[in-house]
Amino acid sequence: MKADVVIVGGGLMGFSTALHLALRGSRCVVLEKDTPGRHASGVNAGGLRQLNRHPAEIPLAVVAAEAWHHIRELVDSDCDARFPGQVRVAENAADMEKLEQRAALVQSLGYRHEELIGRDELYRLVPALAPHCVGALICRGDGYARPFHALTAFRTKACSLGVHYQHSTRVERVEQGGGDWRVESTRGEFQAPVLVNCAGAWANAIAAMLGEPVPLTPGAPMMMVTERLPHFIDPVVGAASRKLSFKQMHNGTLLIGGAHLARLDLQRESTEMNWRKLAVSARTVLALFPQLLDVRIVRTWAGVEAFMPDHIPVIGPSSTAPGVFHAFGFSAHGFQLSPVVGRILAELILDGHSELPVAPFSIQRFAA
Amino acid sequence: MIKTHYPLVIIGAGPAGLAAASVAAGQGIEVALFDQQSAPGGQIYRGIESVSAQRAEQLGADYRRGGELVRAFRSSGAQYFPDTRVWSLTPGREIGLLQQGRAQMLTADQVLIAGGAMERPVPFPGWTLPGVMNAGAGQILFKAHGIVPADGVVLAGSGPLLLLLAWQYLHAGVEVQALLDVTPMVNHLSALPRLPRALLARHYLTQGLFYKRDLKRARISTLHNISELRAHGDARLQSVSFRHRGRRERLETELLLVHFGVIPATQLTQVAGCRHDWDAGQQCWRPRLDAWGQTSVAGILAAGDCAGIGGARAAEHAGRLSALQALHALGRLDTASRDRLARQDRQWMQEDLHIRPFLESFFRISDAMLQVPDDDTLVCRCEEVSAGAIRAAAAQGHLDSNQVKFLTRCGMGPCQGRQCAQAVGHIIAEASGKTVAETGHYRERPPVNPLTLAQLAALYPEECE
Repeated sequence: MKADVVIVGGGLMGFSTALHLALRGSRCVVLEKDTPGRHASGVNAGGLRQLNRHPAEIPLAVVAAEAWHHIRELVDSDCDARFPGQVRVAENAADMEKLEQRAALVQSLGYRHEELIGRDELYRLVPALAPHCVGALICRGDGYARPFHALTAFRTKACSLGVHYQHSTRVERVEQGGGDWRVESTRGEFQAPVLVNCAGAWANAIAAMLGEPVPLTPGAPMMMVTERLPHFIDPVVGAASRKLSFKQMHNGTLLIGGAHLARLDLQRESTEMNWRKLAVSARTVLALFPQLLDVRIVRTWAGVEAFMPDHIPVIGPSSTAPGVFHAFGFSAHGFQLSPVVGRILAELILDGHSELPVAPFSIQRFAA
Repeated sequence: MIKTHYPLVIIGAGPAGLAAASVAAGQGIEVALFDQQSAPGGQIYRGIESVSAQRAEQLGADYRRGGELVRAFRSSGAQYFPDTRVWSLTPGREIGLLQQGRAQMLTADQVLIAGGAMERPVPFPGWTLPGVMNAGAGQILFKAHGIVPADGVVLAGSGPLLLLLAWQYLHAGVEVQALLDVTPMVNHLSALPRLPRALLARHYLTQGLFYKRDLKRARISTLHNISELRAHGDARLQSVSFRHRGRRERLETELLLVHFGVIPATQLTQVAGCRHDWDAGQQCWRPRLDAWGQTSVAGILAAGDCAGIGGARAAEHAGRLSALQALHALGRLDTASRDRLARQDRQWMQEDLHIRPFLESFFRISDAMLQVPDDDTLVCRCEEVSAGAIRAAAAQGHLDSNQVKFLTRCGMGPCQGRQCAQAVGHIIAEASGKTVAETGHYRERPPVNPLTLAQLAALYPEECE
């Protein structure tokens, strides 16, 4: 099959890229080795967070936040997005100092979305919090969405614009010939002048086929969800000196993450919970919300994701292969960026440059 | 006090687990048996140590057989831990336990899962109304507490247990208003070729005919080949309706007990990452095993009904065979001794299983019923997802169980999909023209039994401040 662009990876980045290219008239093929959003895209925490981003990601996250607030215009669905804000609480003076430094850094870069709040405002917003906290950093426009709903919306919209999507299709070989990339897969051959690598935890295998392997580490951050509780908290809560992401979903369940990793068997694509680490997560939750002692955990899981050593993604053209572009290695915080990553790739592919600052994400930073 | 490591851990104290523990402990291995019930016997021999002579008589000879099994287990030296739930089992044989409100982890060299069966959940209109219960629950109340329906009961569904419960109720003086048999007439034809082999295990057939004769003598109204079963009522059950001989009929009742056969409880083999196959004959998923009950994960075995429905007798034999294999893997028995000790059980098990193909065909539930044809019927009662919502997800191109789960939340509630997994598979298969095997099974996520945040937080006490 011939197309303008072949995209490897049927996750959020792949479908967002396909969608933005299709909106500008390109004919795209998306190849997914399993089912759509099988790993990180479908089962992540769904955080829409600008708060505490790496400085290089801030410009992208701010544009992405705008996109999420109007996501229906892009994908005909609200993706169940809600914006109760995200807070990062300080539990002592040292934490507060850390947050003050962060706030100053963000201000110095010319951004206003992260705001320092004191004890009173914190307890007005999160009255359920244990009483020892002293303040917080807040981004009031942040929130969360439901990842699989978002993925389905991006996929459905992309396909409605003519994107050809094929699941259960594993890429086996990539070759250049006659100005085109020839992609051999378990379900046929695909050809296009442009190839996009959005293969998540498996992106390094594709990069290696192109002669530019990267120090990518696959990892599977663990999540827990509890039984439904009466509504008691609005913002998503993190902490200045603990690993935590805590929110009450609209249906009353609590979604608890903390970036603790499961044991991962990448060959079998299976994960095994690390209960020692999940116990740490449970203690963290109880330190901030001791009233939740008897709440029952219903389910735990982990989605397989790509981590880069500097914890920021690779976004941009290949350094070795003309016509190849990468978007992977989001290091467990890519969900919020997905609308903007698709836009950036469409710009890079069709215009030769992006209006957003993407230099820090170049794959060349890993060249030996 | 539960230790942090055992050479052999057995999960479940039904016939498979009890028989296995007795064999292994008899060979001098340290065995720990974890049972979520308060006393040994499993479902089939529930209450066997404490039941009165009179109730034991009402429950029948098959039930009383459990007494011997439990006595042998009690004197075997195996360590017994009642009221102990397993909430996690990893491929590395790390076992999460919950006992008296305290969670702990331990490891084992060999793990035998003997978790038994569960009743096949079949959603039909009104099945979630108070007053509609599983026949198994009715039987538990009877066995454990002597509680029987006071104001009459309608029994509906298929399978030997339904017949047995009707017989047990009859002898306990309960008014059985009607026995509604949903097995299609065509089953009698399709089961017929399997009858000669079944005659090799005719104890089961004569037992079934004996129950039927008693029910007939007592003039219990038994209606065969009924379809379109529905439960009606505002806040609770008031009546049951169904189609019989082309006519829609209705019975006033306050209690409907349903039973659609049993399927293996595969939560533990699933969560441990064992491979499973769809068994089209038994209409259920079962772990892939070798002749010794060894699963696809090294050191994890499964025996009894959790490995495929074979009944209590076959479970006993399978339990002993798995125990021998575990002893072999632990270096306690060489190959020749294992094979020699297994000979008798292997033969008996084969003889006992002769009846199965016949029973499976005879009591087979129609695909039409399993596919939940009415769109408004709730399939996932935890998350309130209807059959129509699942069909809509399938129409959108979500053609495996896990995708439908992600999209609809079906199976994401506290029961972890135990109630809806089967129905979802059948619905998607029908909607997509695939087989149930192709729709896959929910990926089982721990904890398989609920655990509180406080219990998890205290899992490694040495790490708590």
